[in-house]
Amino acid sequence: MPDAPGLELIRGEIEQDHPGAVLDTSFDREQPALVVDPALVLSVLSWLRDAPGQGYGFLSSLHVADYLPSRPRFGVHYELLNRDRVERIRVKAMLEDPSAADRRLPEIDSCVGLFPTAEFQEREAYDFFGIVFRGHPDLTRILLPDDYVGWPLRRDFPVGGEPVTFTHNERRYG
Amino acid sequence: MAEGAVDTQTEVMTINIGPHHPATHGVLRLVVDLEGEVVRDLRPVIGYVHTGIEKSCEQHSYWKVIPFVERMDYVSYFFQMEAFCGAVERLVGLEIPPRARYLRTIFLELCRIHSHLVWLGTTALDLGAVSMLWYCFRDRDRVLDLFEMATGQRMHTRYFQVGGVIEDVPPGFEAKAREFVAEMPVRVKQYQALLDRNEVFLSRTKGTGIVPRERLLDLGVTGPLLRAAGEPWDLRKAFDYLAYPELDFKVPVGTVGDNYDRYRVRVAEMVESTRIVEQALDALPEGPHIADDRKYVLPPRSELSTSMESLIHHFKLVTEGYRVDPGELYYSIESPRGELGCFVLADGSSKPARVHFRDASFVNLQAFRAMSVGGYVADMIASLGMLDPILGGVDR
Repeated sequence: MPDAPGLELIRGEIEQDHPGAVLDTSFDREQPALVVDPALVLSVLSWLRDAPGQGYGFLSSLHVADYLPSRPRFGVHYELLNRDRVERIRVKAMLEDPSAADRRLPEIDSCVGLFPTAEFQEREAYDFFGIVFRGHPDLTRILLPDDYVGWPLRRDFPVGGEPVTFTHNERRYG
Repeated sequence: MAEGAVDTQTEVMTINIGPHHPATHGVLRLVVDLEGEVVRDLRPVIGYVHTGIEKSCEQHSYWKVIPFVERMDYVSYFFQMEAFCGAVERLVGLEIPPRARYLRTIFLELCRIHSHLVWLGTTALDLGAVSMLWYCFRDRDRVLDLFEMATGQRMHTRYFQVGGVIEDVPPGFEAKAREFVAEMPVRVKQYQALLDRNEVFLSRTKGTGIVPRERLLDLGVTGPLLRAAGEPWDLRKAFDYLAYPELDFKVPVGTVGDNYDRYRVRVAEMVESTRIVEQALDALPEGPHIADDRKYVLPPRSELSTSMESLIHHFKLVTEGYRVDPGELYYSIESPRGELGCFVLADGSSKPARVHFRDASFVNLQAFRAMSVGGYVADMIASLGMLDPILGGVDR
């Protein structure tokens, strides 16, 4: 893993190529993380993948966490891995939730072009959190039914909000 | 061809396979475009056994999450437990005692043998070697006997706890485990003798389902599938966790990356796992099996009637659970199917704010299209078996 000074070096180098891309860094429990501007997330990911001396070429996991009630609300996490040096780094893009104002969904650029492995994982994030990945080839629900309404892994989605059908409460069984 | 004439030679037919079909290894639906016998396109449709486990985890205190996560990938349940418990231990900064590290390693490797045996039996069944199922499940039963002996349960054992393992292995476990790992390599040789000279098995696996190594890496494939393509990538070697750095084992790799290599790699891994278990039993240190930190670990039962302090701790841990300071962590281990990652977000309460599992089957399934397009339907079934998806893990 890059240590805390190593992380600041990476931040400095990204800042030279993409000013304003890195908003913050954190080094918590031995895990380095870059908090990036969601509009520039693809530039940072491709820099980490392609810049000489970096080589974070493997996307281990892409997942979303809902930080309600803090703002920005959603964090899209990219767990990158350099398999030669066996180093992980987390890239985090924090997204505001616009839906309160005009029922729109939060949006971010899709990284399927850089990391084809993200295809299923971005669909999963869309399915559960309603994050729209711009440029994804087939952004549809993956685990839930296509006609499902709501984003169930958001923190304000109630447990038990889903009616369970038994024979006694389904009309067709009388 | 005359204008308006129908081309009857190259008609593409879309057919549906599954979701309930023995060859789909679970509840997987495949929408396949066929031109004659050749697969032209393919789309896996998943989600039939989605049960919202990640959401359920957010409603329960940390120690109650363990039985939930076990039920994701129901063939390699010890790995789910280790991924979750390891992530929480790293979040709270809890060091587990050496005996627990070794016991966990032993059970993980027994579970790897168990998982590979289920895979070998069912996949060989798909490819026409029916008797393999009975032989593999006979040996799988012996692993389950070991699990039952140590944990009281054959599947979904809830044996790993944050801080170590729930109780020490009983007397007689070691002898029985040693007997099993001594016999297992012989069994594996017998299976190889059955399959390596089986003409049907060979012709259906050799040269089928090849995907180049770079493509596999782009698709995020890990585990035996990647190693079969010649990439020696194994998290047990790469990262330092449990007792693996102290044990001597090899990482089997393939050369061509076809279905036959995938079979060879997994079978060789079973033998390596027996070596790991044997060494871990030899080196099993004495001492406590769970950390002695009363803020996270239940006090011994015997203390409850004599110590008020223990009673209070017991009560707090069972009712509210322990609180975890805010933070987030991603911890990954090598499961029988590849990289199994667990992301835990703690918000300071006694329940996790988010538990996410990066399931290897879910990610590996993306390579299925690359493995099958351009080949025959029969090869597609062979590739699916060799992909070894567990749909409980895919759908979570």
